[in-house]
Amino acid sequence: MAVAAVKTYEFSPKDSQDKFPAPLLYIGWEDHLLFCAPFCVPLPPPMIFGDMLKGPLAGMFGYHPEFAKVDWDKAEWFKSGKPWKPDYTKSLADNGLKHKDVIRFRTPGLTGIKGSCS
Amino acid sequence: MDMKVAKKLGLKERYNLMTRDLDWEPSYQAKEAIYPFLEYEGIKIHDWSKFEDPFRLTMDAYWKYQAEKERKLYAILDAFNQSNGHLGVTDARYINNLKLFLTGVTPLEYMAHRGFAHVGRQLAGAGPRVACLMQSLDEIRHAQTQIHSMSNYNKYYNGFQNWRHQHDRVWYLSVPKSFFDDAVTSGPFEFMVAIGFAFEYVLTNLLFVPFISGAAYNGDMGAMAFGFSAQSDESRHMTLGLEMIKFLLEQDPANVPIVQRWLDKWFWRGYRVLTLVAMMQDYMLPKRVMSWKEAWEIYAEQNGGALFADLARYGIKPPAGWVQACKDKDHLSHQAWAVFYNYGAAAPFHTWTPSAEEMDWLSSKYPDTFDKYYRPRYEHWAEQAKEGNRFYNGTLPMLCTTCQIPMFFTEPDDPTKICYRESDYKGDKYHFCSDGCKDIFDHEPEKYIQSWLPVHQIYQGNCFGPDADPTSPDFNPLMEVLKWYKLEFGQDNLDYEGSPDKKNFEAWRAQATKN
Ligand SMILES: [Fe+2]
Ligand SMILES: [Fe+2]
Repeated sequence: MAVAAVKTYEFSPKDSQDKFPAPLLYIGWEDHLLFCAPFCVPLPPPMIFGDMLKGPLAGMFGYHPEFAKVDWDKAEWFKSGKPWKPDYTKSLADNGLKHKDVIRFRTPGLTGIKGSCS
Repeated sequence: MDMKVAKKLGLKERYNLMTRDLDWEPSYQAKEAIYPFLEYEGIKIHDWSKFEDPFRLTMDAYWKYQAEKERKLYAILDAFNQSNGHLGVTDARYINNLKLFLTGVTPLEYMAHRGFAHVGRQLAGAGPRVACLMQSLDEIRHAQTQIHSMSNYNKYYNGFQNWRHQHDRVWYLSVPKSFFDDAVTSGPFEFMVAIGFAFEYVLTNLLFVPFISGAAYNGDMGAMAFGFSAQSDESRHMTLGLEMIKFLLEQDPANVPIVQRWLDKWFWRGYRVLTLVAMMQDYMLPKRVMSWKEAWEIYAEQNGGALFADLARYGIKPPAGWVQACKDKDHLSHQAWAVFYNYGAAAPFHTWTPSAEEMDWLSSKYPDTFDKYYRPRYEHWAEQAKEGNRFYNGTLPMLCTTCQIPMFFTEPDDPTKICYRESDYKGDKYHFCSDGCKDIFDHEPEKYIQSWLPVHQIYQGNCFGPDADPTSPDFNPLMEVLKWYKLEFGQDNLDYEGSPDKKNFEAWRAQATKN
């Protein structure tokens, strides 16, 4: 459907990739709602996925007492809600990540504060 | 002198002479040129005279009533201010409700004034034009009386001083702001359904009851007085909204599906804005009036249920998001307050964890959910804060493109899973918090691809002051954003514990009540 308007109604999107220093990536940690919502961060496409886990992700999620217990080899990943297998040794771009993609990870056995998914 | 005693006119006669009778048939301009916005939304009106004026109020009577109310209101405000009424509130946490109201809601009153002035010019019937004119005047009065009554708090407490500046900039204030911007950029009929009906009729009690009763329960005569002063206006607004929707539905069967879609959209938009009220009720009022869940059951499920049963004869169904909204009542406030606790460094009001006694109140009001899902979260935060490790989330959240709220809402049937929805449009991805927000986008993507999403705007570099230097080695982007918000770090934000507000309130109250 289209917007109801008195004349032609066409504007460029406010959030196209060219307006950002790097493509945006959204990242959520399943079952850990101590962090109220997934995060939004611009990340350079050449960044190695494994480096992202050790660097940016530790900064985002490190406050949680369970973050130190995460075993990345057992983590399950989802992209746009569908199961997905990133290669930790490859870059974000080579893992196929594009502007405004959303990924999340599940860490089996870790279920948040007192098992409440917090 | 020849004196003729004029016969006193009856109410109905008087009303007709002073409203509809002032209208005229244009002779040298086409009607479409005078009312250019009446057709493009697809609404068909055959006979404007069929609009039943919901309240037969003439302008002179209107002025008289309103002037009377103003006199009473300002007398109460003066008395409250002169007797240091602010020291009589339950505790200074209460005042944060006012900060949220002044920054989030009062600017909407002003926008409602503009919206109804615009629509009052554009509708081709004299009856609705007069009604919209009066509502437009009511709304600017609401904005003014709210600013006046809260200005006294600004003399003593932090976080009030830049309310208007912040309304256009601060991340969570984009939620109410974008809601109203969406409404006033719609056509006149959509605006009437959005604000006149969905908000004023279906949802307004959920905003005003907790706020005004909350003021009364917590000893705030000032806010209570403006609430009561607005109340008789609100009942007029509700009548106008209801009359307008019935008029649209009766004029042409082709209007029904259009109105239904607007109802679906604006119920959901309004309900999302009320997220802020839910947490006010359950977490921010030191003395609680009733839980959000109880308010929802009374004002939405009972009253709204009766309303939609009444509209069923026109072929109108309850809004699409109704069932989900009813399911959410057990979760909404707990999840919402957690967001503000997370981002308590970036908001110009204070946040806190509920006390042990308040958590017990929450358990009793939410027996199925609070202990299971939310108590562990809040207790953990409270323990950490006690050890000097108060949680302040330092990374920006993902936002919903439509309602602009951080994506904290969970799946309707699973409170442990964040609800993710997305759409592709012209090669870009867009994300949503719910089916409701996705449906709104999918219907008018051209509009929402322009959403001014605060998080994205920060990353684009649009939220720094002119003196910020991103190339300097000690550049701290988040602190620069707070400066651009005109938020005084350590004074307006952070936890209530340790805040200047708390210290001052306690010292002043001790002075007023002890020797
Ligand atoms: Fe109002
Ligand atoms: Fe949303």
